[in-house]
Amino acid sequence: MSDAVVPQKAESAAPAAASAVGWLERLLQSDLLYSFRRSRLTMLAAAVTLLFFLAAIFAPLIAVQNPFDPAQLQLMNSRIAPLWTADGQSPFLLGTDEQGRDMLSAILYGLRISLIVGLLGVAFSGALGILLGLVAGYVGGAVDSLIMRIADVQLTFPAILIALLVNGIAKSVFSNRLDAVSMLGVLVLAIGLSFWVQYARTVRGSVLVEKNKDYVAAAQLIGLPAPVIMLRHVLPNTMGPIMVIATINLALAIITEATLSFLGSGMPDTMPSLGTLIRIGNNYLFAGEWWIVAFPGIALAALILSINLLGDWLRDALNPKLR
Amino acid sequence: MLAFTLRRAIQAVAVMIAVGIIAFSMFRFAGDPVNQMVSIDTSAAQRAAIRESLGLNDPVLVQFVRYFVNALQFKFGISYQFRLPVADLLKERMPATLELATCATILAMVFGILMGVYSALRRDSFLAKAFQAISLIGISLPTFLIGILLIYLFSVTLGWLPSFGRGEVVKFGWWSTGLLTISGLKALIMPSITLGLFQMTLIMRLVRAEMLEVMRTDYIRFARARGLTTRAIHFGHALKNTLVPVITVTGLQFGSVIAFAIITETVFQWPGMGLLFVQAVQNVDVPIMAAYLLMVSLIFVTINLVVDILYTIVDPRLRATISRPA
Repeated sequence: MSDAVVPQKAESAAPAAASAVGWLERLLQSDLLYSFRRSRLTMLAAAVTLLFFLAAIFAPLIAVQNPFDPAQLQLMNSRIAPLWTADGQSPFLLGTDEQGRDMLSAILYGLRISLIVGLLGVAFSGALGILLGLVAGYVGGAVDSLIMRIADVQLTFPAILIALLVNGIAKSVFSNRLDAVSMLGVLVLAIGLSFWVQYARTVRGSVLVEKNKDYVAAAQLIGLPAPVIMLRHVLPNTMGPIMVIATINLALAIITEATLSFLGSGMPDTMPSLGTLIRIGNNYLFAGEWWIVAFPGIALAALILSINLLGDWLRDALNPKLR
Repeated sequence: MLAFTLRRAIQAVAVMIAVGIIAFSMFRFAGDPVNQMVSIDTSAAQRAAIRESLGLNDPVLVQFVRYFVNALQFKFGISYQFRLPVADLLKERMPATLELATCATILAMVFGILMGVYSALRRDSFLAKAFQAISLIGISLPTFLIGILLIYLFSVTLGWLPSFGRGEVVKFGWWSTGLLTISGLKALIMPSITLGLFQMTLIMRLVRAEMLEVMRTDYIRFARARGLTTRAIHFGHALKNTLVPVITVTGLQFGSVIAFAIITETVFQWPGMGLLFVQAVQNVDVPIMAAYLLMVSLIFVTINLVVDILYTIVDPRLRATISRPA
């Protein structure tokens, strides 16, 4: 059996490589890349976003300490000003907070948390929204009106309120004894349940258009089951707008996570995200220790602004009406 | 018309019942209410007595109906942290939130309309581009960062404005207002700006887009041909027609302003319903969470219903589409 499989794989490798080259070629000649290279602001935004992602991935290599490990923190080093001021001390480039945490290390690790929660939250809300949208559009009838009714009602409530409620319910179900990692899961759940509506509406709309096309009728005629038609044939044709929503929602998800953490119902102080760092720093604003809040704030603002700019560009670039 | 109003009203009631079910499930099933109310040395017999007196042994449906009937009379149970009726807590906090939300909305409308009109009429001027940049930042910066920035500038560095609280308030019966004292007004400035900034950018973009649209229409050209002054055309004819969607959006957004006040109230320690709700989430005070959800939903649903009905009264074209059989 295994003998039969291996040569098959070897054979399919060559066309796969060829199609990868073809894909690259297509990308290089695409309108998308053209419009990307024409906009300086978009290129800058992409560079900043890439920088943030790289910094988050390689955080352990750049940071001078692991801010989540209490053993590496020393209270002697607490509340040191940034390096370029008179009271600065090496190696704390951006100063330290009240626990002796190096701010740069805390920001790098916090960035990791913010991006992980943001990406997982977008993935979860996207999966949920796409699934419900596909089912609503494809099945129709009572299922459709039930799902879309729920979506309508939820859309009238701001996402932050729903996220806070989900968060509060999860806390009370687990009797307020959540460790940092499960808190991460709760945040992903809260964000996912707050942002699925837009995906569901968009996918449903596209499905209603695609459903009546000949290729779907052909697929039904050869007897493909409905889930296969939905996922393999209809879904790929709805992906353009989904990408735009996902990019803009990544910024929204990061803001939501930061807001929840700032409000004190997100990541705990022992494993801070950018929002938690800002909440901690806010307490030291009046003591004149501005760096504890300023640098996480700048990092968060720059991250969100560049992702938003990328999202705006993607929306315009994928919109054929604007070409 | 009457059928439409009735159908809308029934839908609104259905939404409120759905929210009521969610609120009740939170209240009843998220954590054990008895455990939240007793201390460690309460005996099992006492716990059972409390359970019985709260009616937690009745069938779930009976409990739900009881919760709903109580909620209709604004009885939301006792807060776990304050040991006070939730309705009293909400009533005490409500004026602060409503004053803040109203001020923020007025601020957002005045500046949003001014900036929107300016950037539509002088599209290529430096100021219009600056407004566009501000609106991008207003959308990108999280609310709490704007609040912190304002506190750093005006409280820490300049010392002009207070960074927390409502200042002195004057009581009228159960309503407390900060609008009549100097310190109350000073305390209101920064929270209103923080809360209103997002709405302001929204209104500005809307007014700009609508104005650009209206300025291209024939009746504006005709008004020019009649030799009316530019000011009369811009403000008497063009702006007037952009105001209908602006007022609708602002009205619909008022509910979100109240919900977003959660963040602003936390930054400025503003003693409103939002701060109460955040503290309830932190301390798992489920009765307050459930009551807040019901109150905010009621505000949302009412505003949506009123706007829907007003729309059909104001715009005859909509009435035609509604009366046509679907």
